[in-house]
Amino acid sequence: MANEALAETLESYLEYKSNKSKLFSWIFTTDHKRIGLLYLVGMTVFFWVGVTLGFLMKLEMLTPGKTIVDAQTYNTFFTLHGVIMIFLFIIPGIPAVFGNFFLPIMIGAYDVAFPRLNLFSWWLYMFGGIFAVVALFLQGGPIDTGWTFYVPYSIRTTTNVILPLIGAFVLGFSSILTGLNFITTIHRLRAPGMTFFRMPLFVWALYATAWIQVVATPVVGITILLVIVERVFHVGIFDPAMGGDPLLFQHLFWIYSHPAVYIMILPAMGVVSEIIPTFARRTIFGYKAIAFSSLAIAFIGYFVWAHHMFSSGISDTSRMVFSLLTFLVAVPSGVKVFNWVATLYKGSIELRAPLLYVMMFIFLFSIGGLTGLVLGSLATDVHVTDTYFVVAHFHYVMFGGTVIIFFAALHYWLPKMFGKMYSEKVAIWAAPLIFVGFNMLYFTMFILGYKGMPRRYWSYLPEYQTLHIISTVGSWILVLGLMIMFANLIYSLFKGKPATANPWGGITLEWQVPSPPPVENFEKIPTITHGAYDYEHINWEQDGKH
Amino acid sequence: MENIENNIIEKKELHTEIVAHLAEPHQHKDAIASKMGMWLFLFTELLLFGGLFLLYMAYRLQYSQDFVIAAQDLNIVLGTTNTIFLLTSSLTMALSIAAIQRGKKVLSITLLVSTIGFALAFMVVKYFEWTAKFHHGIAPGAQELMNKPNGEIIFYGMYFSMTGLHALHVIVGAIILVFMLVFLLRNKITKYDYIKLENAGLYWHLVDLIWIFLFPLFYLIH
Repeated sequence: MANEALAETLESYLEYKSNKSKLFSWIFTTDHKRIGLLYLVGMTVFFWVGVTLGFLMKLEMLTPGKTIVDAQTYNTFFTLHGVIMIFLFIIPGIPAVFGNFFLPIMIGAYDVAFPRLNLFSWWLYMFGGIFAVVALFLQGGPIDTGWTFYVPYSIRTTTNVILPLIGAFVLGFSSILTGLNFITTIHRLRAPGMTFFRMPLFVWALYATAWIQVVATPVVGITILLVIVERVFHVGIFDPAMGGDPLLFQHLFWIYSHPAVYIMILPAMGVVSEIIPTFARRTIFGYKAIAFSSLAIAFIGYFVWAHHMFSSGISDTSRMVFSLLTFLVAVPSGVKVFNWVATLYKGSIELRAPLLYVMMFIFLFSIGGLTGLVLGSLATDVHVTDTYFVVAHFHYVMFGGTVIIFFAALHYWLPKMFGKMYSEKVAIWAAPLIFVGFNMLYFTMFILGYKGMPRRYWSYLPEYQTLHIISTVGSWILVLGLMIMFANLIYSLFKGKPATANPWGGITLEWQVPSPPPVENFEKIPTITHGAYDYEHINWEQDGKH
Repeated sequence: MENIENNIIEKKELHTEIVAHLAEPHQHKDAIASKMGMWLFLFTELLLFGGLFLLYMAYRLQYSQDFVIAAQDLNIVLGTTNTIFLLTSSLTMALSIAAIQRGKKVLSITLLVSTIGFALAFMVVKYFEWTAKFHHGIAPGAQELMNKPNGEIIFYGMYFSMTGLHALHVIVGAIILVFMLVFLLRNKITKYDYIKLENAGLYWHLVDLIWIFLFPLFYLIH
């Protein structure tokens, strides 16, 4: 009996059969690994909906005036593109998929602290997503406020505002519960000997992220709730007609939504700190500096929100203070980039697909970060506010930063998650397509914005057309690259060669368990005796037997 | 060094303890973790109301005169009664936990039932208070309210949303307490395992705490 139970727990988590039916054993699972995959499936679907909307928007911008859709449809496109990409893909993205899957394994635990709450979070995520998307098909038309839901327009528009708002609220709740779960897990379930400073840096990044999720998300929750209350019951809160102040909405919205960009980027930075040591075959440079810079970003990031409001009519004093604080965020971000590059120095570098995406990230994210300084300084910001420059900056940090690293993480951990290898050759071919398409699409936007092309406009003056055409062609190349990349990964799930336990030679705990991991992760909770990247402590003779 | 080793041993023991509790894969019991999770959740609740307090502060500075005038229409007697109800309910809640810790099940149940009773009493008073306001034309979107100065509209906007959200929390809290009652009756909460009741108690104290701030802000500051 005891042996049977043991054999069962050593079974791959993909094969594990409970007494539930096949579908139910997935959608009602409390296994953190299965929940990670559930998120991955949901997110991939929403991501492609977002990509399609973005693709159509760029197609519309091919010519001045109407190309494929009318102005109102264009408004709903940029709103839904933003809502779906931000609330359904980038914010939950890396923590929900890779955090759920790898956090417990990396700290040597059987599962997260609250497995049932974890499942509940996924259900909330799916319901939130459905609420946001279903408004597309209802009478009144999809929401057209932009993803920021600024009042008073969001109170007055006749489109379906309430459903997506409820969706965003529910998604926020899901995000809070995930954060709460991760903090508790990291505090309570580390394996013996796994001190805080022996934890992998991805775990540190998730820890910092989880705190932002818990501390910042409720503020947007109440803001959204108040807009709903104001629309439904006509209570005077933000509407200037009833004495309300729309600026207060903007403050409350950005008190969350600025820290939210660190919810998006910090986990990505954590993944970078995993991939670089593995492919450079050496310990990370400045472990503590990277760990603390994550916390520093989380902390400072909470005090910079009003830089989204430089032209909204706030006082000069607050503009200067928030501008200064904004520049401070560049310091811990810079610390990270220098440490990553220093890790590569004199490393024994193996340029495989995950590292290729990381290189792409460092390049694109640096451009995004440096143009962030242009936006952080008051004089230049006023010139480019609400232009394509902002759109370009945002996509360089979010797409070039978080999403590229999401792809890197997929390539890095897919063999572990599914026990299958993808074609390295195809992966290497898809990367330059994505890189070239990305830069054609978004770099032209910097120039367009600098020349004065406003964002969210459906039509434009003829002199902007050449750059718009380059940008649109770039979007085609980018989408082609994405399709090849996803096709390669999905093909590998069915026809890929079996993956060994440690295909890359990584030394964090997830590489010490079979691919795919067994149901219970570990036969026995390991005892940790050295730091996460202490390559000199590894006996390769013994470890290289896989 | 010795310290670290001791620490490791402690952790190992903890893990064996956790493993011993494994009823089925991916389920374990850890009271400290439950409490930590609950406290984190309470932080988020504070921040949820924090947004509202921030708005209240900004509007109070902008419309201090109107706020004073509008506040005089609120019924201090009903407000005070409700404050007493909630404070007493927090006491009975804490005593209910203390009782089950000492293994006195019947006493614990009695105290819990009275906590739920106070919650209901609070809602009844709230109902009469709000309907009286509605009869006087002070209701969200009502024409009579709209004719008042902007500051008063905002005062009642904040009043209805803040006390409304709080009332929602009272209802949710009462429902949670009813579940706790069922757990107590079925011996799911015992002298040895009372973390559920403790966490429910924490939530209930939060509901009380928020009212302690709402009451003076709306009823007392003139």
